[in-house]
Amino acid sequence: MSNMTKPIIDIKNMKKSYVLGDETVHALQDVSLQIYEGDFLSIIGPSGSGKSTFMNMLGCLDTPDGGEYLLDGKNVATMKDLELAMVRNVKIGFIFQHFNLLNKLTALENVELPLVYRGMGAKERREKAAACLDLVGLTGRYQHLPTQLSGGQQQRVAIARALAGNPSVLLADEPTGALDSKTSKEVLQLLKELNEKGHVIIVITHDLEVAKQAKRVVRIHDGKVFENGGDWFEPVGINQDGVKEYQRQ
Amino acid sequence: MNLLESIKMALKSIKGNKLRAFLTMLGIIIGVASVITLVGVGQGSSNSVTEEIGSLGTNLLTLSVTDTESVQLKEDQLDQFNELNGISEVAPIVSGRVTAKSGENSTQVSITGTTSSYLTVRDLSLSQGRFLSDMENELRQKVVVLGSDTASTLFPRKNPIGESVQINGVSFKVIGVLESVGSSLGTSGDSVIIAPLSITQRLTKSTTIGTIYLKAQDEQMVDRAKFQVQGVMTTLFPNLSDYYSVSSQEDLMETMSSVSDTMTVMLGGIASISLLVGGIGVMNIMLVSVSERTKEIGIRKAIGANRKSILLQFLIEAVVLSVIGGLIGVALGLGISRLIEVFSSLAISYSPTVTLAAFLFSFAIGIIFGVFPANKASKLNPIQALRQE
Repeated sequence: MSNMTKPIIDIKNMKKSYVLGDETVHALQDVSLQIYEGDFLSIIGPSGSGKSTFMNMLGCLDTPDGGEYLLDGKNVATMKDLELAMVRNVKIGFIFQHFNLLNKLTALENVELPLVYRGMGAKERREKAAACLDLVGLTGRYQHLPTQLSGGQQQRVAIARALAGNPSVLLADEPTGALDSKTSKEVLQLLKELNEKGHVIIVITHDLEVAKQAKRVVRIHDGKVFENGGDWFEPVGINQDGVKEYQRQ
Repeated sequence: MNLLESIKMALKSIKGNKLRAFLTMLGIIIGVASVITLVGVGQGSSNSVTEEIGSLGTNLLTLSVTDTESVQLKEDQLDQFNELNGISEVAPIVSGRVTAKSGENSTQVSITGTTSSYLTVRDLSLSQGRFLSDMENELRQKVVVLGSDTASTLFPRKNPIGESVQINGVSFKVIGVLESVGSSLGTSGDSVIIAPLSITQRLTKSTTIGTIYLKAQDEQMVDRAKFQVQGVMTTLFPNLSDYYSVSSQEDLMETMSSVSDTMTVMLGGIASISLLVGGIGVMNIMLVSVSERTKEIGIRKAIGANRKSILLQFLIEAVVLSVIGGLIGVALGLGISRLIEVFSSLAISYSPTVTLAAFLFSFAIGIIFGVFPANKASKLNPIQALRQE
């Protein structure tokens, strides 16, 4: 599949279940997945497929019940809060559907935030944050509050924030979900560019059109992961309104 | 993340919600200000009482009879006190209230029947005329010495010396006027009439002596003199020690200062309760703030904030709120104290210790009441926090 030898993310037999009412939901069942340097991966699946749980696992927001999750060779599955926070800060950049910027902070301050938690000095921090904003094409909008920016611009700020810590992995959860199609294209284009610059990008989506932009599409269904998820759905594809069609397959 | 960064963050979040921050601080402000003011009032009055008692002379002993039925001190028994080697002067007192009248002017004053020693025993001085003489006492002369207020009430435009005063209908001749001494322990020292003991006993229809002021030889002799006086009283009135007391100024000072210390503690305690309530207010708002900012906490956690940084953020916010409140409270408290001092006769003592303590207390309250909400924030599950809108 890839000529790279050592995966950045190596997941083996990951399990996660939780109790909902009096029913145990097996959100992830023996999931194994390798992600290599330079990968642009999309994870596609309908709601309830275990997609969100998987994303939380990838993003080190949650720890699995069983299995192994090696991130850069270190097992995340057994880490405690302090180490997990550190991993989230250094190794992973989050991009959310609803941007999740802090509305009371300016664009620059939002981008600085991961570096604040890293304990970086104010001057160095500001320079790095400014460089990241320049990279996503927001030069001159440093002092704008999120509310003064358009949706696309806000998502760019969020991407800049994810980039600021220079993480190995960018994890985007429905990055285009709250954007119109034109802005969506721009954001996806930006993600592609970032991938070309060497960032590993993981996009989680239920939109096949978005998923197909990635080099590698993985489908998640009933807590199990399948490679070549894009081919599985062709030619009909799925979208938000096409749940029934998808179920018929 | 360092402390300075956290403080900046806290200030920013406080600035973003000024009205709420102010209302939160109000409890602390009122608490700190009232601690400072009330303790200041308490200590001030304590100080002024002690000062007043001290100004009466420290070698003064007071023998006061609480039950004049059982303990009937007569004039001829006074010689026994005079003979004591620790005592230099003895001034017996008979007192009562009378109506004094001079022409159109009349006033209700307290009359003090005493002897010539009274002037030296009480360290008084005359502004005009002379004091009572032993002869006048002996001969029951109808002469009086007026306090400065009484003199100016009865003789607003006249020199009172040589004039006559009607006391309960009996005419007295004014022979002297006392220098003003101001009010002491709630009673005015200037609204008095001093007359010979013998004639006062007749006026007030009391034959026994209620109080005797005794002057010890010197300050070192006070305690010894006190024992001697008690000895004389025991021989005169065996087994009646419950009906009279001998006290030095020092005893009085101790009693008074313990009274006003109790008052100070009580006032301070009440004010501290309001400070505590202020602290609960801070906790309340911080809890609201945590649940309002659940999403923010989720975002911060997702981009790498650990529990400690979140805890610190909210704790520092609570502490900064309390400290700003404390500072405003200190300023307000000192301002109010100053105003009270200017516009009323109350003496206020500014105590740096109390001010500092009140401020530090507000700081401590910030920590104590900030820990719970901050801990709650730090333990939020990032996944659930992020999911919240």
